[in-house]
Amino acid sequence: MRHAVVSRLTPLVEPLVEGLIRLCGWSAIFFVFAIFFFVFREGAPLLVGTLDLGEFFTSVNWRPDSRIQAQYGILALLAGTASVTALAMILSVPAGLGAAIFVSEFCAPRVRETLKIVIELLAAIPSVVWGFIGYMVLNPLLISATGAPIGINILNGGIILALMSVPIIMSVGEDALKAVPDTYREAALALGASRWQLVYRVLLPAAKNGLLAAALLGIGRSVGETMAVLMATGHSVQIPHSLLDPVRTLTATIAAELGETVEGGDHYRVLFVIGTLLMLMAFAVNLAADLAVKGVRGKQNG
Amino acid sequence: MSWVRPVLVVGIAVGTLASAACSSSSSPTSDSAGGVVIRLTGSDTMVNLNQAWAENYKKVKPEVSVQIAGGGSGVGIAGLIDGILDIAASSREMEAEEIARATKTAGAEPKEFVVGLDALAVYVHEGNPVQSISLEELAEIYGEGGQLVKWSQAGVKNTACTGDEIIRVSRQNNSGTYVYFREAVLGTTRELRLGSIDQSGSKDVVALVSRTPCAIGYSGMAYAAPGVRALPISKKKGEPGVAPMLQSALDGTYPISRPLYLYSHGTPTGPVKEFIDWTLSAAGQQILQDVGYVPAPAAGQ
Repeated sequence: MRHAVVSRLTPLVEPLVEGLIRLCGWSAIFFVFAIFFFVFREGAPLLVGTLDLGEFFTSVNWRPDSRIQAQYGILALLAGTASVTALAMILSVPAGLGAAIFVSEFCAPRVRETLKIVIELLAAIPSVVWGFIGYMVLNPLLISATGAPIGINILNGGIILALMSVPIIMSVGEDALKAVPDTYREAALALGASRWQLVYRVLLPAAKNGLLAAALLGIGRSVGETMAVLMATGHSVQIPHSLLDPVRTLTATIAAELGETVEGGDHYRVLFVIGTLLMLMAFAVNLAADLAVKGVRGKQNG
Repeated sequence: MSWVRPVLVVGIAVGTLASAACSSSSSPTSDSAGGVVIRLTGSDTMVNLNQAWAENYKKVKPEVSVQIAGGGSGVGIAGLIDGILDIAASSREMEAEEIARATKTAGAEPKEFVVGLDALAVYVHEGNPVQSISLEELAEIYGEGGQLVKWSQAGVKNTACTGDEIIRVSRQNNSGTYVYFREAVLGTTRELRLGSIDQSGSKDVVALVSRTPCAIGYSGMAYAAPGVRALPISKKKGEPGVAPMLQSALDGTYPISRPLYLYSHGTPTGPVKEFIDWTLSAAGQQILQDVGYVPAPAAGQ
């Protein structure tokens, strides 16, 4: 009896569920484009109008509120984002990939579960809390350890961002290693390879693209991070000359300044131009990660 | 902590968009319980003061609730222009262009109330031996092309600071304190030198200076805290400095004190008028003095 009801309902329910799932899929794409469109639309009047793109990209003078002559040069902000991201990657990629290799290949199952939970917990800490740690804990530590005049600087921001990126790099990296068929491992061990040789000569080349994707996703996380870097980097407009110089990033500038701007003003629009630039950067990084993962699949199928 | 502020800022930005979509009323709204809500946003310098006023006003008029948010004077003024606030708190005067915009959106010129005075204090780390500082020296430290980059150049033997470099702590540019400091120290024709450490709150400046032996920073007089010293200020180098105090701010001998403002849409009526009148009353001014500011010269009459 019940079977009969279910089978009678199936023709009705199935298209409904199918439609719903389709809607979910398309809505994600729709929202991404809608967000991009709205961010771009707010910045566009300035972008096609009075903004001097040459000055925008090559001037270090960021004085959006000047009474004499407003200047919108983001070179120092770009340098800030690039330097903090680069340092974070130098610290987090080896650590994240190392953790992935350890968890996937060397670790006893019980330790693995604990480790994974703990490391993934790092990803659950809100970025404001990370920023707070950088500002309150790391700042005095760095002053006494390095002799720098101020402890909120590239080094501080880089360390905080590295700690935030490690969980992502580890999770994605571990998945990439797990995706290498066990037959590879068995074959290598059967040939008498040690476990280190197995990792170095077999697994790393086989999972190369997936590991690259893991690193790129870590970069994406670093470039887009706002609150933590706002607090930990010192928020100072200048081209850095050493790791101990404070800097300001693109994201932190938007967060700090959007509230004061009057809708439709030049300052408001230039912040949306920066937003558009950040979205393009994130898009480029994600596309690169995606292509790298596709490379993995292609190779395994082929 | 004031790191909550960017969240508020985003909230206000979203609110701004929302208000652009559906026309917003410039009169106080009613909450679900039927009471009146007055929305007061703006100056970070005044946020503690506004908070204290709101709490005490609750005792006077329990049916009126005053919602306080900070974010900076610029945030308050932008909110007033966009019509999402009843009162903007500001530690700087509204500019002519801002008044014109607000007049256009609200239909009436914003009304200005001077509710008190704030002495802007210049703070250094307690380990810094510097005795006093002049506005001329501050201009050379903070100004574009300034000559003072090391403490020794200012004649100060700051032994706690190993690198001797002066670390300039400043405020983000949505801050009325920032705008006032720039004008008081550099006038209207000189830019601030880029590369200062820009903090988002009055309290953050003091907290950072108290942890940084090389630093110098400016913030409201009311934000003095353990670990920092507020310097006596003189106009010219060599003149005796005047310490930031109630008396020196009131009689004008302290060179960097400024009025604190509330702005309403047009001439206020009803609950908004009652609230502003109360802040200017003896009770309101007593609270202002308890928080650490100087009563408005014309208030209380």
